[in-house]
Amino acid sequence: MPTETNFLVPTSYYIILSAILFALGVLGVLARRNAILIFMSIELMLNAANLAFVAFARSLINLDGQVFVFFVMTVAAAEVAVGLALIVAIFRSKKSIDIDELHSMEG
Amino acid sequence: MNGLFSLVPLIVFIPFAGVLINVFFGRALMPTRDSKGPGVIASIMAGTSFLIAVLMFLALLGHPEGVDVPFLTWINIPTGERTLFVPWTFKVDTLSSVMMLVVTGVGTLIHVYAIGYMHGDIEEQIHARHLSQEEALDFKRRRFSRFFTYMNLFLGSMLILVTGNNFLMMFVGWELVGLCSYLLIGFWFDDPVKGWANSGAGSKAFIVNRVGDFGMLTAIFLIFWTFGTLQFDEVFARAECMVSHPQAECLMLTAPLSIEGEATAEGEAEGEHAIGPLTTPVESLPFRPAFGVVVTVITLFLLLGATGKSAQIPLFVWLPDAMAGPTPVSALIHAATMVTAGVYMITRSHVLYALAPASGTVVAIIGAATGFVAATIAVGQFDIKRVLAYSTISQLGFMVAAAGLGAYVAAIFHLATHAFFKALLFLGSGSVIHGMEHGHHALAHHGHHDEGAEPFDPQDMRQMGGLWGRMPLTALVYIVGALTLAGIPPLAGFWSKDEILLDASRENPLAYVLLTVAAFFTAFYMGRQVWMVFFGTPRTEAAAHAHESPPLITTPLVILAILSAIGGAMNLPFGRLHFLAEWLHHSVAGAHVPAPGEGFSLQVAGISTGLALIAILLSYLVYGARPLQAGQRDPLAVTGPIFTFLNRKWYWDELYQAIFVAPYNRLAKFFAESIDWSFWHDFVHDSILTQAFNGWAAILSQPVDMGVVDGAVNGIAEMISGTSEGLRKVQTGYVRNYALAVALGVVLILIFLVVRFLP
Repeated sequence: MPTETNFLVPTSYYIILSAILFALGVLGVLARRNAILIFMSIELMLNAANLAFVAFARSLINLDGQVFVFFVMTVAAAEVAVGLALIVAIFRSKKSIDIDELHSMEG
Repeated sequence: MNGLFSLVPLIVFIPFAGVLINVFFGRALMPTRDSKGPGVIASIMAGTSFLIAVLMFLALLGHPEGVDVPFLTWINIPTGERTLFVPWTFKVDTLSSVMMLVVTGVGTLIHVYAIGYMHGDIEEQIHARHLSQEEALDFKRRRFSRFFTYMNLFLGSMLILVTGNNFLMMFVGWELVGLCSYLLIGFWFDDPVKGWANSGAGSKAFIVNRVGDFGMLTAIFLIFWTFGTLQFDEVFARAECMVSHPQAECLMLTAPLSIEGEATAEGEAEGEHAIGPLTTPVESLPFRPAFGVVVTVITLFLLLGATGKSAQIPLFVWLPDAMAGPTPVSALIHAATMVTAGVYMITRSHVLYALAPASGTVVAIIGAATGFVAATIAVGQFDIKRVLAYSTISQLGFMVAAAGLGAYVAAIFHLATHAFFKALLFLGSGSVIHGMEHGHHALAHHGHHDEGAEPFDPQDMRQMGGLWGRMPLTALVYIVGALTLAGIPPLAGFWSKDEILLDASRENPLAYVLLTVAAFFTAFYMGRQVWMVFFGTPRTEAAAHAHESPPLITTPLVILAILSAIGGAMNLPFGRLHFLAEWLHHSVAGAHVPAPGEGFSLQVAGISTGLALIAILLSYLVYGARPLQAGQRDPLAVTGPIFTFLNRKWYWDELYQAIFVAPYNRLAKFFAESIDWSFWHDFVHDSILTQAFNGWAAILSQPVDMGVVDGAVNGIAEMISGTSEGLRKVQTGYVRNYALAVALGVVLILIFLVVRFLP
């Protein structure tokens, strides 16, 4: 074992990473036309939030953050299941998953 | 005996009870077409009233000063200076008892007669209108009970008139009998041929009487204003006092004068008197210096009222037309009772007339002139009832003249005897008319028809003739009536008419001459009538087949004939036989018993009887010796325009038509058409009001309502709609736009938080 004290990676690095990941996710949601890619971006956003939770759990020596990550993952999974079911249903009727073609509920 | 007097209100209420019975149960009392129930009820009521009148007479024998029987207080209004106190009090004194006996006695006989007469009259109407059997029964029931309702109503009203103790109660009865007259004259208002004429005659009577009523009311107002009261006793006491004392002192008087003429300023006379509340003395009274003028004006207005009701000049024109009513009506109302109301009123007010001698002369002259004019008109009439109508007017002129001359006994005496013989004559003419109609029907049943050129008129004397053989009893009683009207002694008419002539000869020569000439014509036209109707040969088939009337009709005639013959015994001008004068003396201070030898003048009686006999002889020469043949014109027509003048009633109706009726119609037409229709309706209403309103409504509806209000509301809706159109564009339907919006929102919130909460 090295003798110097372990030095932690500063929490701010993790937060910044989480923010960048979140921003990338947002960009992906806004800029993508493919519905599945939008879902991937949403997953990215969710994971960014997970990272932020874990980082804070580590820095505050509190396990609440990690417990919450479980919830988020569960919700993400359920949400993806429902969302993919919807995409399949849309594909069956419109033969495309380009979201720019789904604007019939307009004013 | 005072207990007996308290029965007197029944004399009015029993006939009114008869009215109510006949109104509600009249039809139920007539199960078949021959029933006479309502007539019997009405006659019983009339007879009971007569019994009460007899009881009053008997009670007065022991108490001749008379009694006031209070019943209820009608008006009691204290104003500042005077109190208007009008009670319904029954005045039972010798004058009103004479009136009550005449009205109820003759009235009962006429009611009995009317039972048989109206039965026949209604059957005539049913025949003329061709009614079916059920219609006929219903018609008979309604009309028969209606007739007797009206007759009893009239009887009660007339009794209110003669038993009232103040001017206003008398006026109530005055108006009511006028109403009954209208109802009964126009009884056959829906006669198929003469319906309009009948109702027009009723209206004429009512309207002409209204003019008289105006006079009466003005007099009543003046009496109250001058004397502060309307009760006879009080008015006359105060009047006599005011002649010699200042007015303020006299207004406290409530007691009547005693017979000797002295005023009793306080205290009451014997008997029950209805003393009203005393009026407070008036410091100043209008007309103070001219008391005589006031009384003259009052009495002249009373005269106007009397000329209306008693058919004198100038308001007599309604009475001949009133013959349109059934004959019992003519007998009762227009001969025996209602038309005498004016004479009664003047006699009752004798104190006022004594204080205004000028009015008395006017009354006498009007009465005498009417007597003369009407007698001449009667000479030229062909309708049997018209002759009697003008005869009534003429005889009323005698009565009014007597009252004006101060001969009140003579006036009331003639009133009573005239009631007997004029009712007899009218009822007799009704019997003749019915006989003629039965003869006409008998002809129709036998298949003949009248071969006369004119249409059948059962009242036209030119179509009668020779009825003595066909209707002997009617003829006999009729001749008795005619003789007594002509004034042949010793029948009743001679005594009463002679007394009037005697007083006229002493008081007013002009009146005496007019009345004597009128008496001459009276005998002449009655003779003419008798010769034309009963003698000679029948001029039409109807007359030849006429037959006598049933006993229900002839019995009252016989009774009246007996009364006409012996009625003179009431007041014979010899010795102690002035019964009526002594009787009336208790109530009418001006009625005095003549001194011995002064009550009868052989000269006056001789002249009048002689003239009457000459007149009858003349009528025989003209009409009796060579009886009129069918189609021949009246022998007097040789006088040409004179006869036409008499036949056309001195053109009196035409004169009124020209002076009053036609201008009034023109005025009414002017008001109706020019003012009411053209100006008021067309111009003011249509042009101005309607157009202005329409214009204003147009302004309000188009630019204001549609433009402004609708515009504002629509504008708001448009605005909202437009806004929503614009805002709808936000919903693009693109998910990415919505996601972008969410992202932007987050960014904004973050910026806000950073700016706000970071140092």
